[in-house]
Amino acid sequence: MITRTVRIFSRFERFWHWSQVALILTLAYTGFAIHGLHGLIAFDTAVYVHTGAALGLVVLWLFAIFWHLTTGTWRHYLPTSKGLWRIARYYAWGNLRGEPHPYRKAWRRKHNPLQALAYLALKLFLFPLIWVTGIAYLTYDLWSATGGGNGALTLVAAVHTAAAFAIVLFVMLHVYLLTVGGHFLGHVAPMVTGFEEVELTPTEAAYLEESEGSAIRREGG
Amino acid sequence: MGPAGDLSVPEGNVLRALIRRLHWIFYASIANSHSCAADFVVSLEYMRTLVRKASASPDNSSRTHADPGSAREINMFHWLNLARGPAGIALAMLLALGSGAVGAETDSPSPGAAAGSSDVDMHFRLNPRTVPTESRGPSTADHSRFEELQGPFASGPDVTRACLACHNEAGHQFMKSIHWTWEYTHPETGQQLGKKTLVNNFCTNSRGNEGMCAQCHAGYGWKDESFDFGNADNIDCLVCHDRTGSYYRMPNSRGNDACAIMFQDKGPIDWPAVAQSVGLPGRENCGSCHFYGGGGDGVKHGDLDSSLIHADRSLDVHMDDEGADFACTVCHVSTEHQLAGSRYQMLARDTGGTGRPGLRRGVATCESCHGDAPHPADGVKGMKLNGHVDRVACQTCHIPAIARGGVATMVDWDWRTAGRLRDGEGFKEHDYVQGNGEERATYKSIKGDFTYTENRAPDYAWFDGQMRYTTIDTTFDPASQPIPINSFTGAPDDPGSRIWPFKRMHTVQPYDKGNNTLVYMHLWGDDEDAFWGNYDFERAIATGMQSNERPFSGKYGFIETESWWPITHMVAPAEDALGCGECHAREGRLASLTGFYLPGRGDTPTLDRIGLLALALAALGMAGHVLLRLLVARRRKGS
Repeated sequence: MITRTVRIFSRFERFWHWSQVALILTLAYTGFAIHGLHGLIAFDTAVYVHTGAALGLVVLWLFAIFWHLTTGTWRHYLPTSKGLWRIARYYAWGNLRGEPHPYRKAWRRKHNPLQALAYLALKLFLFPLIWVTGIAYLTYDLWSATGGGNGALTLVAAVHTAAAFAIVLFVMLHVYLLTVGGHFLGHVAPMVTGFEEVELTPTEAAYLEESEGSAIRREGG
Repeated sequence: MGPAGDLSVPEGNVLRALIRRLHWIFYASIANSHSCAADFVVSLEYMRTLVRKASASPDNSSRTHADPGSAREINMFHWLNLARGPAGIALAMLLALGSGAVGAETDSPSPGAAAGSSDVDMHFRLNPRTVPTESRGPSTADHSRFEELQGPFASGPDVTRACLACHNEAGHQFMKSIHWTWEYTHPETGQQLGKKTLVNNFCTNSRGNEGMCAQCHAGYGWKDESFDFGNADNIDCLVCHDRTGSYYRMPNSRGNDACAIMFQDKGPIDWPAVAQSVGLPGRENCGSCHFYGGGGDGVKHGDLDSSLIHADRSLDVHMDDEGADFACTVCHVSTEHQLAGSRYQMLARDTGGTGRPGLRRGVATCESCHGDAPHPADGVKGMKLNGHVDRVACQTCHIPAIARGGVATMVDWDWRTAGRLRDGEGFKEHDYVQGNGEERATYKSIKGDFTYTENRAPDYAWFDGQMRYTTIDTTFDPASQPIPINSFTGAPDDPGSRIWPFKRMHTVQPYDKGNNTLVYMHLWGDDEDAFWGNYDFERAIATGMQSNERPFSGKYGFIETESWWPITHMVAPAEDALGCGECHAREGRLASLTGFYLPGRGDTPTLDRIGLLALALAALGMAGHVLLRLLVARRRKGS
């Protein structure tokens, strides 16, 4: 295996990530205002911004799903039990002892097994949950007369709010874990520049050097 | 969405606006002139002429408020004091006749300017002569040219006979209306309602006090049981149809000296002039009673007072003198003298929409003109606002506050203090100056203590339109004070209910302590038993109950009551409607309404606590983890 600096996050992926950050923070801030947890922003403004940001995120998601499917990137999120225990053990106490992170990013696998599982759960469970309830909430006026009225809205709003809490919890953990097993900025940098040191098989290195010249930094260069 | 889809949105809007406008023109022409749409143009031209005429007339100077300084002294007579005995009557008539010519062409002074005894709200039947609101379109007849209306007329019934000689169905129609019968049998509850029987928490009861209260009965001479409801000559056509602004009514019977001061300063009625002026009712016609309910200007409703006679846009976007200038009857449409709109049985949620042009004569709802999706649905805002229509009455957002016109409304009345005397005489205290500068009585010996309010946010409640009353026959538990004079149901899960604004009136008033019922008091009359004279509650109640064949235990006490007045007038322009945050907030206007999810109130408190706790624990856990990492790192360094 050779370690090389490779572009593991494409331009779209980085755009997707950071615009998602902005939209999710906006949605959380305005959403909790709409629910009534804080009054730092006018209710109507919160509703308009929340609705706009949500529709923006829907569009972004449509692109992202298309991108994942067509590029095959979706495979990065396939769950695996291989090495899961070692990662869990590392986060539990290995990192306290200053052990090195047991996971080496690979070209075909940029997330460690625990990470992949967490993102998969987020994408397959939490995000759909907040989307379904959010769209139901947004279109309440269309179904309120026949769909159980305010009782149903209470449920929709409660699930939507619960999902929002869970996503905020995820964001907190996500950011905190950037400080574990290395430097915070060092962990953030790849999502900015796209490049990170990964282990490559000689074949992969040769392929990248041959076909994707801009995606791999020449040694010493 | 493709280009075609993009286009269809504004196109739909234009079409919709056009339909609405056409509908409005059609509607207005029917409501105003009982004729076809083409007449609307004519009526506009006519109104313009009227405006020109009005601005040329000297009367225009007193358009809004008569100027007390410039007002000329006019005839005054203490109706009750002078009218005692034949000599008094003769004297009063002489005075009245002598001043007739002057009185007819002068501005009335504002009540506040009346020499010596100024007490605005007790003059309530004697409104300053108003500049009538504009006529509602051209009539096909000039009544001043009818021979039958040249007079002479000795009295109101003389005029009525002349009216009914031509309008030969009007009498039969009118005698079926609540303005005549003062009776209403609620179709849902079966309760017998109407002013004839109900007890309210202002002056409490008109029954037995008709000599005073039936000034607002559209008939002549109802002072006791002997009034003939079958005699059409007794109808008062003029109180609704006089368009000179000079017509007025007096009490139907004599009161005690204690009330004498209430009736002065008014010249005699020029019967032929008012008879020849008749037209469709203007705001000042309806207002001469409905603005003064409860015993004075604005006292009862909070959304109906004399400021609406000449309203500006901010006070009422429909009645704005310079704008739409609606008469009451534009919304309170009528057929055969039956007017739409009842607060005994309201249409709390109207799903009928606008209907076809000219239809829907039986409703006075906002929806009957504005439809059930009144906000332009061209964005999130309009769509979300339209989404409120099924649960929130238009009035809730569009009437941000009541009593906005400079006239106060009463919110509290304490009868317990009535009857205090100074030097053996009743007296009044004026400790409130309302927005338009006029003083209001905060205490009257004949009534007790009052509290007023202005510019106040209404109370809000789920309301299904059905009013139930505590009547004279209802036995209640005095422990469950305040006793609701009227109450209603309504709930978030009832599709017929919506959130409505109300004015709440709170009163402490007499009740029968032995039988636990409300009481009829004998307030008015030139006799020894009337409270407004003897200040003796027990005697007034005993007389009031006995003469109306109601049992009285002989013991009276005071009990707290409340009444609820649905708010529907003083509709503000759209830009003054409530903002979302007025209700969608933790301590918002709807904070007291529970049992449903309202965004902005944090309506899932348990979930919110769990969620915030989880976030706090996570933050705490992270902080602990950081500490642990630092500790371990230091130890490692040390070793």
